[in-house]
Amino acid sequence: MKEAPLPSSCPDKTGTKGLLVSSFKFLGNGPYNLKASSGECLGLTGQSGVGKTQFLRAIADVIAHEGNCSLDGNLCSSISPPEWRRMVALLPAESFWWYDTVGEHLDISNEDSWLEQILSTLGFSKDVLGWEVSRLSTGERQRLSLVRTLINKPRVLLLDEPTSGLDKQMVQVVEDILRELCVQRQMICLWVSHDLEQLSRVASKIFRVETSGLVAEGDK
Amino acid sequence: MNVISLTVFDLSLAAFLLLLLAATSLRIGLGLEKRMVISGLRMTVQLLLVGMVLKVLFANDNFALVAFMSLCMLLIAGYEVLARQKRRLRGSTGYLISTGSMLVSSFTVTFLALTVMVGVDPWYTPQYAIPLLGMLLGNTMNGVALSSDRLTTEMYNHRGMVEQRLLLGQTWQEASGDIRRDCMRTGMIPIINSMAAAGVVSLPGMMTGQILGGSSPLDAVKYQILIMFLIAAGTGFGVLTAIWLISRRLFDERQRLVLDQLTKLK
Repeated sequence: MKEAPLPSSCPDKTGTKGLLVSSFKFLGNGPYNLKASSGECLGLTGQSGVGKTQFLRAIADVIAHEGNCSLDGNLCSSISPPEWRRMVALLPAESFWWYDTVGEHLDISNEDSWLEQILSTLGFSKDVLGWEVSRLSTGERQRLSLVRTLINKPRVLLLDEPTSGLDKQMVQVVEDILRELCVQRQMICLWVSHDLEQLSRVASKIFRVETSGLVAEGDK
Repeated sequence: MNVISLTVFDLSLAAFLLLLLAATSLRIGLGLEKRMVISGLRMTVQLLLVGMVLKVLFANDNFALVAFMSLCMLLIAGYEVLARQKRRLRGSTGYLISTGSMLVSSFTVTFLALTVMVGVDPWYTPQYAIPLLGMLLGNTMNGVALSSDRLTTEMYNHRGMVEQRLLLGQTWQEASGDIRRDCMRTGMIPIINSMAAAGVVSLPGMMTGQILGGSSPLDAVKYQILIMFLIAAGTGFGVLTAIWLISRRLFDERQRLVLDQLTKLK
């Protein structure tokens, strides 16, 4: 087995719910330790270039890292990469699209009324699925990228400046959707933002990311 | 019928045409004149040398000599493939992959042709083995070089897209699928096109040579058909192998895109 023994402070594999990051290192940064229980939203802030985005990328396992990361007691290394990334989904700041129309990017094979509902909440009709990606505005891409990620029903959502291109009203809508999902689906959010006011609205705890680790910004 | 022997003067006259083109290139600022002249010189020297080597080779049916010659051809082809890639895999991996994929495709196809289809005895008779291998290797090399260069360039340019697809839970095969298929097409389309145009637009080189050498057109055509099929198969499988091996190296064991495997050619 590849699993390294967990530090004694960490609960063992049985019955731990939530995301657990311990002695986590990547690109020479760390160690980072973080625990998020089901339904919790944690805010991450910090200077530009300190590695907030890379931190999320390491948790999504798209860059190499050391240390442990587990979800509901299952170590990242014990789960196949595609499955892990569907459960621990990263919504990058810049979204990429590779087909002509929006709909081709969405896995809508077994979708219910939920899709229609979230699209309309975000200000789209179902017609948007036939739209050309090249004609979308930055904000539209950002909102549709959120929908695309949520369709996978992730257990953990890693958000990298998810509202940076949106107007004030839409920022509120997105915040509400995510807050509701945390309650409904018991989804966990790690929310990276420079906007401390936003983080204090959505997150129960805020941490400052530094190259040597996480520092608590103070409880809410 | 014997072939009319060409004199040095005949060849110089033909070379003069290239010099004329080079002068034009210089005049209109194409910047190709240096490469034109060097390539022309290389071609002349290489072919004269190989002519002499073949003369020795044909004089004695020696398996070791044929094998050595084939190996040299393979190693040089591998180097040529690498030289045509703007971004290549780090270390010896890139070279091993390009030679490896040409080895499995060109050599097996040539061996099959010599033993089963042509059925020459002994199967390594240099008059058959070397030209066949040369034609296969040359075409496979083009296919492998084109598609490998395209693969590494596309993966680099579209890394954001590939990574986005990985983030959405796609496997590395799915995430790179469109790019890989595109590159495979790039490598195979030239030979598919030349099959379609053979005879009606172009008279392929080998057939022309045989006819000039005095073979009956029908014999020449039959050989040409054989070689076209062989080239298509050899190129196709070579391209598939190379693309698979290179793309496999661009993802690590956790299916992360690892572009630090690539170095850029100056």
